[in-house]
Amino acid sequence: MLVRLIYCIGLLLNSSLMLVADEPDKFETTLSATETETADTSRTSDSGIDFFESQIRPVLIKHCYDCHSTESGTAEGGLRVDDRHAIRTGGSRGPAIVPGKPNASLLLSAISHSDVDLKMPPKEAKLSANVIRDFEKWIEMGAPDPRDGDVATVPGDWSGMEAAKTHWAYQKPRPSAPPELEDDSWSVSEVDRFILARLREHQLKPANDAKPQILIRRLHFDLVGLPPSPEAVNQFVATCEAEGVGKALATEVDRLLASSRFGERWGRHWLDVARFGESSGKEANIPFPHAWRYRDYLIDSINADVPIDRFFTEQLAGDLLPYESDEERARLLIATGYLAVGTKNLSESNEKQFQADIYDEQIDSMSRGMLASSVACARCHDHKFDPFAMRDYYSLAGIFASTKTYFGTFVSPASQQGGELLPLPRLPDEVILHKGVPEKKVSEMKEQLADLRAEAAEMKEAQIALFSGKKPKKVFTLRDALANIWRTGPLVGKLQTIDEQGEPIPIAMGVLDSDKMIESPVYSRGDVNRPGETVPRAFPRAIAVSDSIAVPPDESGRRELAIWLTHPDHPLTSRVFVNRVWQHLFGVGLVSTVDNFGTTGAEPTHPELLDNLALQFIEEGWSLKTLIRKLVLSRTYRQDSSFRENAFLSDPENRFLWHMPKRRLEAEAIRDAMLAISGELDTTRPEGSLVARVIHDQPISLIGLDKRLPKDLDGSLHRSVYLPVIRDRLPDVLELFDFAEPSLVTGDREQTNVPVQALYLMNSPFVLERARGLATRLMNAADNDQDRLRLAYQLCFSREPDSFEEHYGMKFLAEAGETNDKSQSGASLNLVSFCQSLLSTAEFRNLD
Amino acid sequence: MKLPQTQYSRRTALQSLASGFGYLAFAGLAHDQAVRGQSPSGEGLAVKPTHFTPRAKRVIFLCMNGGPSHVDLFDYKPMLSDKEGHKTAESVLRGNAALMGSPFGFKRQGESGQWFSELLPNLAQHADDICFLKSMHTDLPNHAQAFIQMHTGSFQFTRPSVGAWSLYGLGTENENLPGFVTLNPPSDNGGAQNYGSAFLPAICQATKIGTNQIPGFYAALLGVDKEPGPPLKNIENSLLSNEMQRKQLDLIRDLNAHKLSQDVYHPEIEGAIESFELAFRMQDEVPELLDVSSETEQTLESYGVGAGKPTDLFGRQCLLARRMVEAGVRFVEVTSPAKWDHHFLLESELQKSCEQTDQPVAALLADLKQRGLLDDTLVIWAGEFGRTPYAQSGTGRDHNNKGYTLWMAGGGVKGGLSYGATDELGYQAVENPIHIHDWHATILHLLGLDHKQLTYNYAGRNFRLTDVYGNVVHDIMT
Repeated sequence: MLVRLIYCIGLLLNSSLMLVADEPDKFETTLSATETETADTSRTSDSGIDFFESQIRPVLIKHCYDCHSTESGTAEGGLRVDDRHAIRTGGSRGPAIVPGKPNASLLLSAISHSDVDLKMPPKEAKLSANVIRDFEKWIEMGAPDPRDGDVATVPGDWSGMEAAKTHWAYQKPRPSAPPELEDDSWSVSEVDRFILARLREHQLKPANDAKPQILIRRLHFDLVGLPPSPEAVNQFVATCEAEGVGKALATEVDRLLASSRFGERWGRHWLDVARFGESSGKEANIPFPHAWRYRDYLIDSINADVPIDRFFTEQLAGDLLPYESDEERARLLIATGYLAVGTKNLSESNEKQFQADIYDEQIDSMSRGMLASSVACARCHDHKFDPFAMRDYYSLAGIFASTKTYFGTFVSPASQQGGELLPLPRLPDEVILHKGVPEKKVSEMKEQLADLRAEAAEMKEAQIALFSGKKPKKVFTLRDALANIWRTGPLVGKLQTIDEQGEPIPIAMGVLDSDKMIESPVYSRGDVNRPGETVPRAFPRAIAVSDSIAVPPDESGRRELAIWLTHPDHPLTSRVFVNRVWQHLFGVGLVSTVDNFGTTGAEPTHPELLDNLALQFIEEGWSLKTLIRKLVLSRTYRQDSSFRENAFLSDPENRFLWHMPKRRLEAEAIRDAMLAISGELDTTRPEGSLVARVIHDQPISLIGLDKRLPKDLDGSLHRSVYLPVIRDRLPDVLELFDFAEPSLVTGDREQTNVPVQALYLMNSPFVLERARGLATRLMNAADNDQDRLRLAYQLCFSREPDSFEEHYGMKFLAEAGETNDKSQSGASLNLVSFCQSLLSTAEFRNLD
Repeated sequence: MKLPQTQYSRRTALQSLASGFGYLAFAGLAHDQAVRGQSPSGEGLAVKPTHFTPRAKRVIFLCMNGGPSHVDLFDYKPMLSDKEGHKTAESVLRGNAALMGSPFGFKRQGESGQWFSELLPNLAQHADDICFLKSMHTDLPNHAQAFIQMHTGSFQFTRPSVGAWSLYGLGTENENLPGFVTLNPPSDNGGAQNYGSAFLPAICQATKIGTNQIPGFYAALLGVDKEPGPPLKNIENSLLSNEMQRKQLDLIRDLNAHKLSQDVYHPEIEGAIESFELAFRMQDEVPELLDVSSETEQTLESYGVGAGKPTDLFGRQCLLARRMVEAGVRFVEVTSPAKWDHHFLLESELQKSCEQTDQPVAALLADLKQRGLLDDTLVIWAGEFGRTPYAQSGTGRDHNNKGYTLWMAGGGVKGGLSYGATDELGYQAVENPIHIHDWHATILHLLGLDHKQLTYNYAGRNFRLTDVYGNVVHDIMT
């Protein structure tokens, strides 16, 4: 292929692509409390301050602050040296500095190692004689020190830690008895009694029940992301009349929960939170052609109602769990794709930084997604508001540093970093989408690789020789070196995916424990070049669950992390999950900031209800289906969405649920509904994804040149969950209708309403095709326009047209002079245009 | 059911919106809002009266995503070079860093003698048109928060963007085009929030125009355009004639209006009705608008448009921005494709960023001037914050929210003026500090809008762009 060939030439010429430096600085920078005001120079002479600034402060920061400062959160021996007052007051042993009296200053004796019991800094070489002399001089000068109230609080007492004791989300959920309400003929469940009680507190009333037609449309979209068929609507309405709404709903809910479509809908909800993507994103943006296995694992697990505690455990530590068959082993390995599919900054040339960023991405995604907490803020400083210290962060980092992430990709001009892939056990009928090579090619490739490696070794030797001033045996240019690296990458990449015979092997993205377990140092300000004290692998200390869970010395600790996270006493995990489910069914979470349960997040509107749901969720075996069943069978869910002025003025955001909010459908549901209604939806699961089938390892920035790819990256009749999720290059329909940004944990999608969406509905090939499909279906099903119109309304809106709609619809269809559609169905262009109109109405993409 | 006598006309549909319950529920107490919600033509975005005589009618916001270094571009600090290698209390705390003088030379330019770095030779030619605000400050030194605050005033809550407020306040000059357009906005740092309408009517949010680029190197090698495909897709219908499509849209509008009349209050439908109408009208004008091939060679050359040129991309965007304001778009935001977040290798990287942007920005100013548009078009050049006087990692600078520079030109600002100042090192705004809220208040003022009167009543509370803050900087106005 031409593009590929030119791309390879590009490899050899273009090194500038790799040199772009861009710091991943998503972290909050230093605490504002540490920002100094202008020094009060009247206290001491300018030259004294200069001396302090140039000779003393840097040493204190570098060698002492990690254990003796507010910023580090530790004050060993009660001593802080980051403030003039603190250093003079000293700690348990007395003043560290006595101005003017070097001999009485403990700090000086500690750094000069004159006292055998107190040698500072610990575990480090003694400071140089010059530095010690500087300190002596400084103390003699009267220890001039401008640091006045640099830091306001004392260690261990920063407001973050305080939050562990006071903030609701860090306390264990407690059961409450549902409110006893008088004259309550409305409630049908415990959920309703909590809701009704709050409504009454605010002088509000619940809405009437929605009409059955509205209810079933809502239910189908919520549970399976597709509209109900006209037959399903009719049957539901009939059952409602015959047996009551409650009974009819219960039957329908069970039917939907048992459908495979359910996992495709709810699996996608978790994919948003799991920041699933099929390319690395960031500068390099290299495809992840094996990521789809994780997607399919999620869908299958949701369909199988794998208990959520188990589900989380598999994703964090599937590789460490026991298994009974190859099939189970494969499934568990694929589950760990959760930790591997995040964004990777493949342009990062510093290996240490690259690895640290991987752990960070894992910590961030896990903590935001499962705990709705921003633990990763503690990479550079103790969390400002929430109880996560740097020590906690690096204790978690140790767990991930003891883990190897298999993300694939290989070194190329666009990518500085290569990774491995995780081979899976061979299973019968396993889908493998990459190609093998002829058997004899394998040995050729291995020889080539051996040659390249030998050459690389020679280069290294030459380099060492050069550096030590000797004459190297052979001279290499930079171009030689780059050629070596770039020819090696693709070979390594390919050999990972085939066996000795050249047959392709099943592979996945995921993680395994490393060979060596690592305790991470606390990196000062998150800087990988400034390691401090090492901390043992552990879990955030402020969130204690009743059993003590220790990390074994010979495992990474991910299994224990999962035990901690899913422990029944954990205050966050169950609440956060239950709240996400609530949000998907009622529009807004009981805690509206679904990804942030910290002190800067919202308070729950119904704290007792949230706690009860969380506790019952655990008791009932962490079953998603049981939870959903409970919520959609409530009276609260049955409410209609009509507008009531007084209620609106009293509670405009509907926080107390005085009605069902009107909701716009997600991109996937809009697209899937069009396919379903036009009768073209292919409900089978496609093999892999477009990324695996066509794109493979082409850099994403070049896929626009690949003629095989549809311009809208769609061109498929399968459900939208199977569309390619390429970071920064989404299929049009997903991009336009506010798909979750795949680089971020997204519990709550944005919602926009802009003309480019209208243009898509008016003109895109996809929508025109669906309109044609629907017209054909109507032509086949009915022989006059009136029946066609009625059927169209049943299909699109799950209801009959009213007289206004029928009148103007018929008028539109009757307008003469339009030629027949070119498609074989014989549908007139008017009918196609009419069908497109219905697909474009606001009602089509909104739920009542 | 009795059928209405006539179909919903476009006008009655929109009038029912403007005076319907949806707006009333919101309008309520706010007189100003009632004025803005109802215009003589009954259309939500028709031109509206301003609070006082506007100096500018439209805005081009050149957004420098990443935080450009003011001390290397505009805020000349000789002392920084003199004290190169010294440490300050602040720099020591921030990773024991030392002060770093600018590696670039500065010169006074124009009759006004304003300082410009040598990196911006083209822009320097406009020294006498440019008004520097050299004492800007914002609340946090983090990209996402500062970027969102620059756009909406608040990083804690979802609030309308300054572009949405401007459009809401002024209405549109061309009903065939979106009143607010954003070219190639970043998807991070708040994403759509930065050009969203929040609680303002949906029609006030920006239409995003842009395409995925092919890296310049490959585009040159393959001899293809860097921009594959049109920057706005789906602008043509392959099936229906214009007339048929109009009939189709009438039907869609009627069905939407019918549903809205039943739902009483449903902002999503209100927004859909307006966005379909706008989309239909856009089809006529947008293709021509986005086609820069009708420009003269000379114009293209002046903006630096041309395959393989470092200025190609931003040149096109600036040219599009000019075409859009000329066509009547109220607020055009252009996000610079150049990167400004120079934590490392500032010397070489900043130079690259300037190479990509200097010529296009200068050409834009010259072009607007030549067409007589600069007088009532406010051009803004701003990033979310500046950078520290001390070095980071030896070769770059860290974020600095306490003092930085942005500039404005045209639209009623005094050219050749430097307003406000940072301290002698460029760290902190010390003379006439301007907070983001003050800057927002000033932009609205230039547009003829009083930031205290431009309010929107949402859920019982009057909201404004500047919350309870904001002081208009009158000294920079003509």
